[in-house]
Amino acid sequence: MADVRQIVIDIISDIAPDEDVSSIDDAKSLREQLDLDSMDFLDIVMELRKRHKVEVPQEDYPKLASLQSCVAYLGPKFATAPV
Amino acid sequence: MTYDAIVIGAGMSGLAAGIRLAMFDKRVLILEKHSIPGGLNSYYQRRNFDRGGIRQFDVGLHALTNFIKKGEKGKPFSKLLKQLRLSYDDFKLCPQSYSAIRFPETQLRFSNDFELLRSEVFEKFPHDIDGFNLLVEKVRAFNELDLSLGYSSSRQVLRSILKDDLLAEMLLCPLLIYGSAWEDDMDFAQFVIMFKSLYFEGFSRPEGGVRTIIGLLMNKLQELGAEVRFKTAVSEILVKNGEVVGVVASGEVLLAPVVFSSVGYPETVALAPSLEAKPRVGAMTFLESIFVFDHKIPLTANEATIIFANNAQTYAYRPAQNFFDDVSAVVCFPDNYEPHVRDGEGTVRVTYMANYQQWKDLERSRYLEMKQVVGESALALVHSLVPGLVEKPLFTDVFSPLTIERYTGHLNGTVYGSTDKTRDGRTPVKNLFVIGTDQGFLGIIGAMLSGISMANLHGLMSEAKQGE
Ligand SMILES: Cc1cc2nc3c(=O)[nH]c(=O)nc-3n(C[C@H](O)[C@H](O)[C@H](O)COP(=O)(O)OP(=O)(O)OC[C@H]3O[C@@H](n4cnc5c(N)ncnc54)[C@H](O)[C@@H]3O)c2cc1C
Repeated sequence: MADVRQIVIDIISDIAPDEDVSSIDDAKSLREQLDLDSMDFLDIVMELRKRHKVEVPQEDYPKLASLQSCVAYLGPKFATAPV
Repeated sequence: MTYDAIVIGAGMSGLAAGIRLAMFDKRVLILEKHSIPGGLNSYYQRRNFDRGGIRQFDVGLHALTNFIKKGEKGKPFSKLLKQLRLSYDDFKLCPQSYSAIRFPETQLRFSNDFELLRSEVFEKFPHDIDGFNLLVEKVRAFNELDLSLGYSSSRQVLRSILKDDLLAEMLLCPLLIYGSAWEDDMDFAQFVIMFKSLYFEGFSRPEGGVRTIIGLLMNKLQELGAEVRFKTAVSEILVKNGEVVGVVASGEVLLAPVVFSSVGYPETVALAPSLEAKPRVGAMTFLESIFVFDHKIPLTANEATIIFANNAQTYAYRPAQNFFDDVSAVVCFPDNYEPHVRDGEGTVRVTYMANYQQWKDLERSRYLEMKQVVGESALALVHSLVPGLVEKPLFTDVFSPLTIERYTGHLNGTVYGSTDKTRDGRTPVKNLFVIGTDQGFLGIIGAMLSGISMANLHGLMSEAKQGE
């Protein structure tokens, strides 16, 4: 099983290198804890597709709100992803 | 040849859009008419006859707006860095000292610390400080990025909030000349963008000038494997059944399902005759005089980085009546950005409002004479602003609206584009999008942000949707 949590964290640290990702509370919204805007969420989605061939349709963006919801939503997608 | 996306123009917006598209593995092609990138903010060089070698010049750069300190978040410049994956340090930003809005009896200074402007207003317009603070709050709360906003007059908003017309005129002056396509007024959303960019955030200059910015963008494109072709003018945008299919450039047909055009809205219409829209050509165009002096002007004689000078109680922002308007000018002292190095030659730049048609109608010899008249007037202004400076420049270069038209393809040499913006970038032709100036975001930072957001919206997000 892919470590979805780590995958998302790796992406965030690449798109927002100035953010401290070491002390994120998984239950709280990412936006509340980090300086991420809608453009950054687009980048998370684009990187998921580019690196892991995982597709997130636009209406599902809200499901990426916290690390917890990311894992819940992306987990099954990674389980069936081509790579 | 077939691409995923074609970008017309390698100015600030085109380069930024190209980066975003290439970052997510699109095969993108950027087509540029000129032999180098940069567009309205490109660069050039001239032989140095006095000392040998060459002198480097920027076409436009007075000030990079939207200054932030390292690590500052949530601002346009920090968004741009993240989206283009560039690092703050690479821009080598040198902050301004301060800039000044100079009217006959009153001066307002502003810097990269907004409180300087507030205290200046408090000192010079104590009876209107409440109005000013109200305006500031309105600007702060306004969402200028809402792409569905229509036009509303800034002058009307100012009149309803401020008591003193002079304060309104002075605040408008830099904002108009640094970013209004409209004569004598500007869209309030544009006013808010400019207010935040100039007064809340402020000015800096990258060490090395605009070449530094363009170099960063070009390197990024190369790293990502995007293709950029210079000396390749698009002569037609190909449209089939109301949908864009590609372009013709240097006689070659190049296909792509989506095309981003940064050449301006009316200019885009001219390339796609079936496009049913009639955006007006903006009237605001300028003359720029650049002087090189034997040495830098001492800071004791002038410390300001930019002076917005206006020799009247009201600020007339419209095409000059008589070739150029010497009642007002923007005078930029690029040597007065930090770290205030004092050795080497000094540079001063002066911008006047111009009148395209009058310059266009001149015959060659008169054209050259008039450019000389402009240079002399601008030099006299510099002398009057810098007490004790009597020196003649070693080198003078004046460029006109015709120069701007020739090198950038902007009809009538217009700098801030059409007065009809397409805020969501859409045109009546499907998948043909306008980016940059005529999407409503201009200046170096604005144009880059436009390229980014339009590439995101129409190049990346639409695809994410299809990927469902
Ligand atoms: C004198 C002057 C001073 C300025 N000072 C400042 C300043 O201090 N700070 C600031 O922020 N902004 C300044 N600006 C404004 C700023 O330069 C512009 O707002 C910004 O560069 C616009 O970028 P753009 O991408 O929208 O358009 P452009 O730069 O116009 O890009 C369009 C590109 O398309 C190319 N092109 C045109 N037709 C074709 C064709 N048919 N085929 C292929 N390519 C084509 C052009 O050559 C050009 O490179 C200044 C502008 C001028 C002229």
